[in-house]
Amino acid sequence: MPEQKSNLKRTPLYDIHKGLGAKMTTFAGWEMPLEYSGIIDEHLTVRRAVGLFDVSHLGKIEVTGPKALDAVQVATTNDASILSDGQVQYSLSCDTFGGIMDDVTLYRFSEDRFMFCVNAANREKIFNWLGENIGSIAEIRDKSSDLATLALQGPLAQQLLQKVCDAELSLIRYYRFVLNNINGIEAILSRTGYTGEEGFEIYVAAAAAETVWEMIMDAGKDVRIRPCGLGARDSLRLEMGYTLYGNDITEETTPLEACLERFVKFQKQSFIGKEALLTQAHEGIKKRLIGFEMVGRGIPRSHYPIHVEGRRIGEVTSGESSPSVGKFIGMGYVETQFSNPETKIEIEIRGKMVEAVVVKRPFYKKT
Amino acid sequence: MDFPKDLKYHKEHTWVKVEGNRALIGITDHAQEELGDIVYVELPERGSDSEQDESFGTVESAKAISELFAPISGRVVDINEDLADQPELINDDPYDSGWLVEIEMSDPSELDSLLTADTYKKYIEEEKG
Repeated sequence: MPEQKSNLKRTPLYDIHKGLGAKMTTFAGWEMPLEYSGIIDEHLTVRRAVGLFDVSHLGKIEVTGPKALDAVQVATTNDASILSDGQVQYSLSCDTFGGIMDDVTLYRFSEDRFMFCVNAANREKIFNWLGENIGSIAEIRDKSSDLATLALQGPLAQQLLQKVCDAELSLIRYYRFVLNNINGIEAILSRTGYTGEEGFEIYVAAAAAETVWEMIMDAGKDVRIRPCGLGARDSLRLEMGYTLYGNDITEETTPLEACLERFVKFQKQSFIGKEALLTQAHEGIKKRLIGFEMVGRGIPRSHYPIHVEGRRIGEVTSGESSPSVGKFIGMGYVETQFSNPETKIEIEIRGKMVEAVVVKRPFYKKT
Repeated sequence: MDFPKDLKYHKEHTWVKVEGNRALIGITDHAQEELGDIVYVELPERGSDSEQDESFGTVESAKAISELFAPISGRVVDINEDLADQPELINDDPYDSGWLVEIEMSDPSELDSLLTADTYKKYIEEEKG
């Protein structure tokens, strides 16, 4: 039976994807392009040249008002007070137990205006949670359907984008953004991404999404830009060892367990989850997220058990055959004592024990 | 999409090329297209027996693991060892260099239960709805 698709959401670029012959997939309630020319081809295109992704499914939630900064500080683990206008910060929102509600990129437009870019699957949850927890001191608005988001990623991204905008892109540093335009269409140009390559995430009005997509694809013709889907987005992020919400981080895991402690600033004022995380830091972290490479043959997949000396010590959360590294790689949680690089582990692949070894992330290092 | 006339097809999207009492087996162009980039293949050992309609291995793409179902019974006499390092051969050339195993048929009459290129083509069109 074909899957019932009537309840799925579509981005403003849906028709373009269909026109390009994309293979579609269901992700977090959205009907999204999985691949166009093939996951490996798109993956390598982003590493070598440039690719364009539709990531309009990401949620965009605005927090505004004179106390916006205070509100943001309560709702995130990183320290937003160090941000200046036009700066972006990777941060986490935790529940009172320290469990990760979402990982977000936080945009500061001004002292009284911030924007959370949240995972598609968490949009509603985070919008409601922000309302409950900081709604009394700031205004919370869901801008998700107003804005489309394109990710232009790869070593040629800047030179391509420069052809269609008048901002001096070389002046925009990593994790900074400017309000500019694409051939006259208002756009936020943010030097951010989820691929490990240079590139930009571009926010435009939903109504302008198709035009902007076509302009960028057109400007990229001579460097053979490719449209890229969620398949390549996932394989690229995993090579960098970036966590994916729902796989590697969930409400059942804390930032300390996920090795994201550098995004938790205990010295700042109170934030939701602080006490629980402090307690965990003092009592000891029982499981840790690791990266590993297969020594034997086989692809590690989410939920496969991890063993040491016949004892189950954890579980895989992500895995793949890595197109750029040429190895089978994965991430997963193990008891902390087994989390050091070079520790020998075994992955149980459909009943068979296959050797693997803990390695440092990222798996892929640019040469 | 390509379905050579000289092959027989199984509904689980494998093909058979008969040479005497032996048969080469692979997956169809339609199957590789549906799977996307194939990144790993697990094949049976040489000398093992496979039963018609039973699983004899797996192919994995980025997103999915798919069982391989034997179109015909018999002993596995050869496997395509190139696939270990080049699983993409299945995508690039599913009917030739992307073959999977060679089987010595134990019951050639099973061939009668397989589909012709035309009936297989009709079958997948119906499957798609």
